[in-house]
Amino acid sequence: MSEQANYTTTIPAASHWSLRVRRGMELRIKDIEGGANLGMLFYNPEDLLERYNAPDTLKCQHTFKLTKGNCLYSDMGRIFCSITEDSLGWHDTVCGNSTKSSIAKRFGDKNYQQAGNQWHQNGYTAFLVELAKYGLGKKDMAANLNLFSKVSVDDLGNLSYVADHSQAGDEIVLRFEMDTLVLLHTCPHPLHPAGKYPAKPVAITLQQAEAVADDDICLTHCAENGRGFKNNALYLAGDAGFTSATGHHGGCHDH
Amino acid sequence: MITESKLNATDAVIADTVLAGDYYMKVVKAGQTMRIVDLEGNQAADTLFYSAADPSERYSAMDTIREQGNVFLTTGTVLMSNECNPMLEIVADTCGRHDTLGGACATESNTVRYDLEKRCMHACRDSWMLAVAENENFGMTKRDITHNINFFMNVPVTADGGLTFADGISAPGKYVELKAAMDVIVLVSNCPQLNNPCNAYNPTPVEVLIWD
Repeated sequence: MSEQANYTTTIPAASHWSLRVRRGMELRIKDIEGGANLGMLFYNPEDLLERYNAPDTLKCQHTFKLTKGNCLYSDMGRIFCSITEDSLGWHDTVCGNSTKSSIAKRFGDKNYQQAGNQWHQNGYTAFLVELAKYGLGKKDMAANLNLFSKVSVDDLGNLSYVADHSQAGDEIVLRFEMDTLVLLHTCPHPLHPAGKYPAKPVAITLQQAEAVADDDICLTHCAENGRGFKNNALYLAGDAGFTSATGHHGGCHDH
Repeated sequence: MITESKLNATDAVIADTVLAGDYYMKVVKAGQTMRIVDLEGNQAADTLFYSAADPSERYSAMDTIREQGNVFLTTGTVLMSNECNPMLEIVADTCGRHDTLGGACATESNTVRYDLEKRCMHACRDSWMLAVAENENFGMTKRDITHNINFFMNVPVTADGGLTFADGISAPGKYVELKAAMDVIVLVSNCPQLNNPCNAYNPTPVEVLIWD
């Protein structure tokens, strides 16, 4: 195993950040206190028009919820990353973001001058700031992930936010299958019930992932994912760190 | 909710037929009512809406779903923009349920859903790409193509979080009618999907009627 250092940090509550994650790396995300929500969006750093596509992700895998075994697709039929571990079983990707007005209505408006880092930041504004760093704007804001949050649907299509879904210590691991620009925020889920603004941090660790094995749970989850991995292999054909036509990472562990 | 319209087709100021595999891109003014008719049944009309005054304000599936607390669209549903403003309201619906989770077909997603060799079959996102390329006056590009509505599609969610593409509940002559709350650009891809049994592998035309 290489000497490669792991990077670990904490994303405070009501914050936003972005980072470029290389293929072959994994991001472990932990809900430190319980009740966290992590808004997340993916873009291709080589082509910012390629972005996370929630409808393709859901219909390709015949699922409404995201959990271990699922892959997170771009609009170009490729996989940004795979969910290789998940202690929760359900993450939301249809409810979007909290907004300045929805946060003010639910929790009261606390601006930065009043409250400093304890302000009531909202998910929409948080993403706008990160998008602008890459020349992107509100046109580019796709349906996002809300990790650690569960919203279920009844027979008539009615949504219900499931309270107390994520507990302290719950974790999800994303393994990146192509280079990905990751945008994230730690603002509350837009359906979080009224009360005190849930100021919840998350911990993240970035480290080298294990190579994708032939029996990988995401690769074999469904025939669709097998084809998604093949689309990634075509995209990365000729790339030095990517040797197999089936899309397995090669050579990453032998530096 | 099934609601019949009181409007007569003969009073419409615009009546256009959109063939399967074609797009439709026009401005509907605030106060006008637009009807989309499923002429032969079980066809999907993959539809996007934009504010004509500022197309960066557009239909948002997630804001619409969240604000009405329901994943299906029918009579009474207000279609919300990405700035949480009402864009249109569904005022009549003889189908009863329309999808906004499943998104549009694309040549790229067809490779994943069906077969890697389906990459050259005509798909909704290609129709939209042609629409934005041929209508430069609207100033739109691929950046503007987002998570859409599938009128006449039935995509139920199961209790354990599954997503199913159920048999169509539409039929020949069923329609959905929307009243515009702002001037909107309507962009329809009349779906050319040949891989999905939901249309019996037979894409068919829709009709768009507009009343003042």
